[in-house]
Amino acid sequence: MQETILIKLGELVLKGLNRKNFESVLLKNIRRRLSGLGEFEVKSAQSTIYVIPKNEDADLDAAEEKIGKIFGIVAYSRACVAEKELSAIQKAAAEYLREELLDASTFKVETKRSDKKFAYNSPEISNEVGGYLLEQYPHLSVNVHEPDLIVRVEVRDFGAYVHGNPRPGAGGIPVGTGGKAAILISGGIDSPVAAWSIAKRGVELTGIHFASPPYTSQRAEEKVVRLLEKVSEYSGRMEMITVPFTRIQEEILAKCPEELFTIIMRRFMMRAAERIARRNHCEALITGESLGQVASQTMQAIACTDAVANMPVFRPLIGTDKAEIVATSYKIGTYDISIEPYEDCCTVFTPKHPRTRPIPHLVEAAESALDVEGLLADCLQNLRYTKIGWYRKEE
Amino acid sequence: MREIYLDNSATTRVCPQAAQKAVELMTECYGNPSSLHTLGFRAEQELLSARKAVAGALSALPEEITFTSGGTEANNLAIFGAVYARRHRNHRIVTTMIEHPSVLQVMAQLEKEGWQVVYLKPDSLGRISPQQVEEAITPDTALVSMMAVNNEVGSILPIEAAARVIRRQKSQTLLHVDAVQAFGKLPLRPGKTGIDLMTISAHKIHGPKGAGALYIRKGVHIPARTLGGGQERNLRSGTEALPAWCAFGAAVKALPPVQQEQEEIKKLWQRCREGIAAIPDAVIQSPEDGLAYILNFSCGGVKAETMLHFLEERGIYVSSGSACAKGHASHVLEAMELPRMQALSSIRVSFSRENTMEDAEALVQAVREGMETLVRARA
Repeated sequence: MQETILIKLGELVLKGLNRKNFESVLLKNIRRRLSGLGEFEVKSAQSTIYVIPKNEDADLDAAEEKIGKIFGIVAYSRACVAEKELSAIQKAAAEYLREELLDASTFKVETKRSDKKFAYNSPEISNEVGGYLLEQYPHLSVNVHEPDLIVRVEVRDFGAYVHGNPRPGAGGIPVGTGGKAAILISGGIDSPVAAWSIAKRGVELTGIHFASPPYTSQRAEEKVVRLLEKVSEYSGRMEMITVPFTRIQEEILAKCPEELFTIIMRRFMMRAAERIARRNHCEALITGESLGQVASQTMQAIACTDAVANMPVFRPLIGTDKAEIVATSYKIGTYDISIEPYEDCCTVFTPKHPRTRPIPHLVEAAESALDVEGLLADCLQNLRYTKIGWYRKEE
Repeated sequence: MREIYLDNSATTRVCPQAAQKAVELMTECYGNPSSLHTLGFRAEQELLSARKAVAGALSALPEEITFTSGGTEANNLAIFGAVYARRHRNHRIVTTMIEHPSVLQVMAQLEKEGWQVVYLKPDSLGRISPQQVEEAITPDTALVSMMAVNNEVGSILPIEAAARVIRRQKSQTLLHVDAVQAFGKLPLRPGKTGIDLMTISAHKIHGPKGAGALYIRKGVHIPARTLGGGQERNLRSGTEALPAWCAFGAAVKALPPVQQEQEEIKKLWQRCREGIAAIPDAVIQSPEDGLAYILNFSCGGVKAETMLHFLEERGIYVSSGSACAKGHASHVLEAMELPRMQALSSIRVSFSRENTMEDAEALVQAVREGMETLVRARA
């Protein structure tokens, strides 16, 4: 029995003239994500994308799992391909959906017929298939309003497909249609969720991570790599750029008032991130801030940090509660990594009582004690690049 | 950059003799000792040779040695076995607050099962006095379990005193000694001393990980915890881990005479001790009369993990006495009741025969530099 995966497009269908472009990006993303799982034909026809295994070696189970994490897909289902003959469709439904039919107590059949040359119309097909299934599975009864199982029959130009309840896809729009942005990523719970949220809106990502050895450890950085690897299961491949930040932190600590440490450090992060972003063709910065969560995430502190970022800064989590962020991080699989205790010793820098409402001109005055440009130039010279989920082929 | 490995109490580099033996047992002499054919026989002979080597190092009989997967398994086997053997007599156990988790976790479990466990408290240098031991061990004590040398600060515990008390009381008390850190570094003769059970491990003496042994004095009977094919005199079933155990034997054979090695290493230890004590704010936390392989010191407010990474950047590998993230010190440092900040900036260095005086000098120099430049935690 030949199987295939049928993919339903989400908002893409509404995109009017841009639709072709969105669709071609999605096709490319699907092909790239399936590389290494065997040979598949990926094609689009009649507002459905077909993923057809070309031979026995193609791993359809793995493909299904990957497809569930590709943005731009609203739902997908695994279907059986049948001859375009009524009796073949009936048999295929009874056999292919055997387990589901045995689990269900009520069902109905829904038919779509886009091949208008087929001898039966949609209601007729539904009736015939439904009748056959009732014969084969006497425990079933028909319920057209709230069935346990909807048996779907699609008669297309190039074949008939039978499948059960579709699975929800990752939603969103295809990564790569919304430009490219740099995510400031720490090892915490929030930033990976922010990365995921923005990738969901079609944005390609580059990770920027600030490391302060010896106050932070190799393991802390490796943890960030693993977090981004999880995110990249959704967002696709990306690059992580590690910024050496020790010297800047030490300088701020030595020369600026203690209560302004965090805000000045955040401003340095923004400045460095902006420059790195431009070099890497990113058009915006992304952070995991949520309003009021900590001292540096008050409205005044955010205004003060944004003042030095000369590009848009998106904060997809700004209006969410911690509990909601945690729930998403569970869902995307980053939570367990985020809570690993390779917290860094950067706490030696954090002030006991940080200023929650920094006054811009006082912050600027404090910064004048520092050679801002020199420090930045220094750290930008020593960036390290790590490829995340890059050409990840099966070994 | 030269690699200066000063974390030998965590584990050691496997010596060439042991590595070679493991390869030989995996690729040439790969039979199952239980097999009747010649490959099996040869494997059995290799195992016997390893057992004799380990027994020899403890002045023990080969049949007094039971191989295990390491110190943790040997500690579990010894303690659970001993209390099971004494369960009908009494329910009192004496141990210390500074044991390895593979002892303390077993004790916590036994407490849940109704045993009364007495924990001896160390002084501020991790020492337990003979008097403490003498007072704690009563004739109705089922088991005394005590380490020979503490792994974090190097203090030497009074195991002879414990053995003496038990001997004089002529009681049925069993004495277990976790000698993982002492084996190969102090002369150990459990049979002569009066120790019933003794744990040792291969990877602290340049042998492989995954190998250890429990000395069980002849005449002491403890039940098995792993049942099956009856290997290791029915105490530890499962096909013998020959590559690891024979490599353990090879590592034991390669040990230099205890006295000679001890004198060499004491010079390095002494140099580090004096050098670090001379750094402002540094505090030595290992006793003068401890095992001269382990030196614990505090870096005056520089967090241990920061110092560890700082040293690592200079090729020096050490161990920290606390995990930075959790913000609390190890149970040993806590039992020693060190001031919080002092405990959180505790570093342990531990030597092996592979270290040199240059290593010691490099350490002292780097610690000094770190303490002068690194940002310290606010008190």
